[in-house]
Amino acid sequence: MSTTDQRGATTDSDLEAATSQLSTAPVDEDAAAPQGQAVAGSFGGVRRPGTAGAIAWTGREITGWVRWIWRQLTSMRVALILLFLLSLGSIPGSLIPQTSVDQIKVDRFREQHETLAPIYDKLQLFDVYSSVWFSAIYILLFISLAGCIVPRSWQFVGQLRAKPPKAPRRLDRLPAYTTWQTEKPADEVLEAAQRMMKKRRFRAYTSGGAVAAEKGYLREAGNLLFHIALFVLLIAFAVGQLWKADGGKLVMEGDGFSNTLTQYDDFRPGTFSGAEDLDPFGFTLNDFTAKFARSGPQKGSAREFRADVTWWKGADGKPQKSAIRSNHPLTVDDTKIYLMSHGYAPVVTVTDGKGETAYKGPVPFLPQDGNLTSSGAIKVTDAKDKNGKKDQLAFQGFFVPTYGGKGSGSMFSQFPEPDYPVLFLTAYHGDLGLDAGIPQNVYQLETKNMKQFKRKGGGPLAQMMLPGETMKLPNGAGSLKFEGYEQWASFQISQQKGNGWALGGAMAAIFGLAGSLFIQRRRVWVRASEDADGRTTVELAGLGRSESAKLPEELADLAVALHPAAPPVSEDQEEGARA
Amino acid sequence: MNIAAATNENLANISNYLVYSAMAVYVLAFLAHIAEWVFGSRSKVGKTAAALTAADAAPADSVKVAVKQAGGTAVLERPKVVTRSAAGTRDVPDGPGAAAGDEQGDLYGRFAISLTVLAFLLHFAGVFTRGWSVQRAPWGNMYEFSTTFSMVAVGAYLIFLAAKKNVRWMGLPLITTVLLDLGLAVTVLYTESDQLVPALDSYWLWIHVSLAITCGALFYLGAVATILYLFRDRFEAKVADPSGPQPGSFAKSVLSRMPAAASLDKFAYRVNAAVFPFWTFTIVAGAIWAESAWGRYWGWDPKEVWSFITWVVYACYLHARATAGWKGRKAAYLAIVAFLCFLFNYYGVNMFVDGLHSYSGV
Ligand code: HEM
Repeated sequence: MSTTDQRGATTDSDLEAATSQLSTAPVDEDAAAPQGQAVAGSFGGVRRPGTAGAIAWTGREITGWVRWIWRQLTSMRVALILLFLLSLGSIPGSLIPQTSVDQIKVDRFREQHETLAPIYDKLQLFDVYSSVWFSAIYILLFISLAGCIVPRSWQFVGQLRAKPPKAPRRLDRLPAYTTWQTEKPADEVLEAAQRMMKKRRFRAYTSGGAVAAEKGYLREAGNLLFHIALFVLLIAFAVGQLWKADGGKLVMEGDGFSNTLTQYDDFRPGTFSGAEDLDPFGFTLNDFTAKFARSGPQKGSAREFRADVTWWKGADGKPQKSAIRSNHPLTVDDTKIYLMSHGYAPVVTVTDGKGETAYKGPVPFLPQDGNLTSSGAIKVTDAKDKNGKKDQLAFQGFFVPTYGGKGSGSMFSQFPEPDYPVLFLTAYHGDLGLDAGIPQNVYQLETKNMKQFKRKGGGPLAQMMLPGETMKLPNGAGSLKFEGYEQWASFQISQQKGNGWALGGAMAAIFGLAGSLFIQRRRVWVRASEDADGRTTVELAGLGRSESAKLPEELADLAVALHPAAPPVSEDQEEGARA
Repeated sequence: MNIAAATNENLANISNYLVYSAMAVYVLAFLAHIAEWVFGSRSKVGKTAAALTAADAAPADSVKVAVKQAGGTAVLERPKVVTRSAAGTRDVPDGPGAAAGDEQGDLYGRFAISLTVLAFLLHFAGVFTRGWSVQRAPWGNMYEFSTTFSMVAVGAYLIFLAAKKNVRWMGLPLITTVLLDLGLAVTVLYTESDQLVPALDSYWLWIHVSLAITCGALFYLGAVATILYLFRDRFEAKVADPSGPQPGSFAKSVLSRMPAAASLDKFAYRVNAAVFPFWTFTIVAGAIWAESAWGRYWGWDPKEVWSFITWVVYACYLHARATAGWKGRKAAYLAIVAFLCFLFNYYGVNMFVDGLHSYSGV
């Protein structure tokens, strides 16, 4: 190849034309126009005297600025900076407790850091992901994205319509190149080359003694699909946040729930959805099962939670049986029912001073630790003292499913299953304060207007009971019998829209990405030129977006495929011809 | 299969022995690699390599890669394809490798690779029996994540080797860090083998966690290449400018045997770009799982936040590669930041930040 230079110097513009429009990526401004209007100067140009001149100048100035800002915002560099800011901006939310994730932790943090908390509040650091500054970053990013997708899509449509660029004059300057000589005429070779390229799904056409072919447009399509899918994801996420409603409900074994607002223990309506949008359905909790490791290094840790329920749609749909487990919610229309936690409810019978049954039934206690040491309160509103006067009774204490034994000195449960259930209570009487209308925690006692029952010796009355045992209140004020215990399970009931769209968007994004990153867009040119002694020189050259190890391989494949139609003259002859 | 099936302690013990044996063999592989480097340093090829890269930097036109294989038919040979690098890249040939042409060094290098294969098999068997002992996927706590993580990294390295990729240089740094990782796993992170808590008992554990570990291990290989790229790039820049400060003799001896900066950069980019869609899928799979476990697919839990950050920084890196002014070193820094985010998500969030994903077992 010592004579190639005789064909004349290849201009760089020739190569540039061959490379042009190989992607829809915007040309980087740094590289393309280093002298561009990087610093905002005066866009208005000359300012004519007079009011009209001033207005015209201001108009030009404003449009200039807007254009400049838009160009900056939609440049790759700014996209890059915004992306980086987005990741930086996400960090504080993972280190500082967030209201949306755990309100209790935020409150605790506020108590512990009295100087820091107000500063954090100002900076919205307890609500990072809905803060003004975080929103600003992603909104700018998505504006930038839109400003990027739209022109690129148009450009891509244009590229699909246009033909691949013509062969540059010097193919041997391209990243991958091969050549041989054949005795077949040039037009035959070109025809075969075009046929072969088309069979391999290149877009190919012949012009000026060369075939120009291009393949891999799916790369751009994938890239655009990916960026558009990001929009779908964002919108689906926003819809999900705005139309979400969820609430919690604690259900005793054997009890039921129907999906209306009044049945919830707590309910968090979404910005745009509330009680009236609740899907109509109901369920009863037939049975709750919890199993724990009885031996091994993680003794006591959970092995299985299962809530067997019967549920129905509408007011009186056909009852169906299902099991709700961790990772396996029950789905009814747009609503999902998750199993959240479980615990015990001691069953008690409270007899008042008149000897009448003032309360009978289970009272749910809340678990305090992994072994289900549970605490709670029993509030008896309809009790009378021995004189028949209204005197409310209350009990507060712990339920322990597996008591450690007399000598253990600990009221903490040793195991979460009820192997040795014990109820430990202290008792009060007086005014529960429930009539005042102030909402109260059902698991805690408001003891302000209550008096604790005292033992004979003077200390507070406290008693530990096994099932079947009774606690007698002093002076004939009544008694409490610990009958046994039942289980309860609590459920989260959430209704969310847009999940399907989010999933669809995510999947489209992944496929788009795969297309964008795994498909190479590349161009191949085949030139065949006859020389004086009737031989044809076949030249193949390939060009990709980036250097790729696959491109030379593919070019070799193409050459091999072309060999039958343009059999090479044997090496020796070729060497001879060259010499 | 009963979820509460008794832990098969015997198998768990066997698993521990296998992991310890793997570590022992990795130590031997490490020593063999050291020998490879030491013998390589006395090699003439090695000594002159630096000079080679500087003075004889091949002119762009003459970098020829002949792709010669037997063609489809016996008569035809595959044609020679001439390749040339894009304009503006330094045209420096790859270094000769750790052994630098020294026969004895090369022998030790091969020995190291054979030992690595053996260690990998033991390592794999250790992870496998660990899973078998509890009849579940062996990635339920940090001990199990870490052992699987380094296993996948070594496996991927061996696959690259088998596919004749230029990754032999990676042997020493990789084995060193694998030993560190396993050492950390068996001491600080060790957790007895046991059943899973119900929250983890889902088939998404197989998909989401195995993918996360695999992506992490591959990103790790990418990061190693990136770090080396930064060193080698500086080295090449210094050598190319004889009037400026020159690299020290140790740096010269080591770096001149490494692949060219351009090769390292390309390798790192390919790995990172190829893994990125899978990492995306890992996050999506996690979101699907979160939806069925906690009732929302995205809740800004610290683990979710850091996966997102990692994803965004890798996206930054890919964008940077597409923008002229950010190619090269700047993009490489981004790739390293991205991998550090991954690491923090893996160790930092599990151990220091509490959220729903607290199951490190430590
Ligand atoms: C919402 C945030 C964005 C994310 C997560 C994102 C992510 C990505 C990823 C992962 C790629 C790699 C695919 C490839 O290399 O082919 C990519 C490519 C690309 N992105 Fe984005 N992008 C975002 C916003 C933008 C914006 C705002 C622009 C326009 C200014 C943009 C323009 C591009 C272009 C032109 C490419 C193709 C680069 C090439 O062909 O090599 N992206 N994007």
